[in-house]
Amino acid sequence: MSGVWVWIENSDGDISAISREAIGAARTAADGLGQPLTALVLGHNVDAVADAAFDLGADAVLGCDDASLAHFRVEAYGPLVTQLAQEKSPSVLLAGASTRGRDLAAWVAADLDAGLAADGTAVTVEDGKVKLTRPVYAGKLLSTVFVAEGMQIVTLRSRAFPQAESTGQTGTAEWVDPAVAEDEIPTKVIGFASKDDGVSLTDASIIVSGGRGVGGPEGFAPVRELAGVLGAAVGASRAAVDAGWIPYDHQVGQTGKTVSPDLYIANGISGAIQHQAGMRTSKIIVAVNKDPDAPIFKLAHYGIVADLFKVLPALTAEFKKRLGK
Amino acid sequence: MKVVVCTKQTPSTTAVITVDDNGHVSWDDPGGKPNVVNPWDEYGIEEGILLKENHGATDVIALSLGDEDSKDALKTALAMGCTEAILVSDEAFAGSDTLGTARVLAAAINKIGAVQVALFGKQAIDGDTGQTAVQAARKLGWTPLTFVSAVKEISDGRITVERLADDGKETVTAPLPVVISTVKEINEPRYPSFMGIRKANRANIPVWTAADLDVDGAVGSKVDWSHIYAMPPREGAVEIIEADSVDEQARLLADKLFEEKVI
Repeated sequence: MSGVWVWIENSDGDISAISREAIGAARTAADGLGQPLTALVLGHNVDAVADAAFDLGADAVLGCDDASLAHFRVEAYGPLVTQLAQEKSPSVLLAGASTRGRDLAAWVAADLDAGLAADGTAVTVEDGKVKLTRPVYAGKLLSTVFVAEGMQIVTLRSRAFPQAESTGQTGTAEWVDPAVAEDEIPTKVIGFASKDDGVSLTDASIIVSGGRGVGGPEGFAPVRELAGVLGAAVGASRAAVDAGWIPYDHQVGQTGKTVSPDLYIANGISGAIQHQAGMRTSKIIVAVNKDPDAPIFKLAHYGIVADLFKVLPALTAEFKKRLGK
Repeated sequence: MKVVVCTKQTPSTTAVITVDDNGHVSWDDPGGKPNVVNPWDEYGIEEGILLKENHGATDVIALSLGDEDSKDALKTALAMGCTEAILVSDEAFAGSDTLGTARVLAAAINKIGAVQVALFGKQAIDGDTGQTAVQAARKLGWTPLTFVSAVKEISDGRITVERLADDGKETVTAPLPVVISTVKEINEPRYPSFMGIRKANRANIPVWTAADLDVDGAVGSKVDWSHIYAMPPREGAVEIIEADSVDEQARLLADKLFEEKVI
């Protein structure tokens, strides 16, 4: 068994942010193990993706270009990756822990009877093993996880690793046939509606969030205005979502999304442990809250104890001025 | 149509969780129950009950792998409206990784027999891996449909669902039987009724052991997660920005954030 493989999630010829991060982490793992790095480029019309994978540091590209792979379906991707791994027996398979990466890794691990270490936020290589650090118990504890025997399948959390940078490297990809024909794939995609509400929470480098303190759906207006000026995504606490002020896909926390932006601005959020579980790995946390005893101030790096309806417009105006908007 | 709902007992979301120097994790919840039905599983349980109410499911069977205490989680599922509950419990299953767990659940689902839909929460709030549904589907040889936000239609042996991917909503159709993992958007879990709680408390929950299931013994775990430790505390205290006006506070905070290079 030798070689580190990394799955390159892509759409419309672009490599997803989480896969750019995964390539960087996989490069580190491959160098630590002293093994070559192979990028798995699967999809339809993915020549440019293969070139980009070389440029981002892959030593080799193993690809499959077929109409049946145009839209991700685990029943098309899973058997193909399983088959390739059986033929070439890599020691490590890495993927970003996106919804699709999680499905693919779980499928391949089940079919190869391999161990799967999921959702790492840091990677080290020790004694030939890729060791992950990951939060468990809703971010209340940390653990070190690794696959002790056989092929190691590993997924990595979004925004926990820097994106791989261009190396100028080029190469020739090896192209293979799909493992399953279209008429053998039971699942059919009959519709897709891409998200139209701006920046995605898990990819965002800045998140501006609102909680119970915004007081109602209209209270999110100043939150959105600040987010707009900063190019940020809009987040929310469970209290605001449960009250019906903002849709669920904005929820950050234990039963929402786990995020780790560079900057998290929490407005009118008390900072219950469930909310902290979703955002405590943010690099810089700012809390705006009227209550100086709110638990969010224990986690925050900077705080303003005041009415968010006064602070937010002032911040929006200030950043407009500074960012020339 | 038989439906199985897989559920796990986890520490409550408000539980105070501690770990000793040997990596032994324990928890307590001074304000409430320390153990609850995994909050993500409530959506799976509710969807199972809705399949009975709206799509003609006859049996909604709650299934859990765990110790005797996990009967509490199963009783909650019964109180909400599941028609039966089964606990799978055996020393031999302790310490299983997700694949081992998936293998045991798949064997139990096969033993139940004639199941068309197996529902899961999208992940458990303790381990947070979210792999078991897909892996159980593989062990059953069924189609996995993950992150499902709506069940649109079940007819002619096919199911149509809406899934939430990272970049959008996808509508897919697949032949039954299927394994579904649910997200919060799918429904609003009901509270157990008073009658439901009384019935659940009287229910006799059968316990299946390794001997009852067709698992080849190799449950075990290839994953080592023995090293668990406390989250290091955040360094330094919060810096409260104070000034005579909010405009001045905004200016001072902006200075800080530019200095931190996060804008």
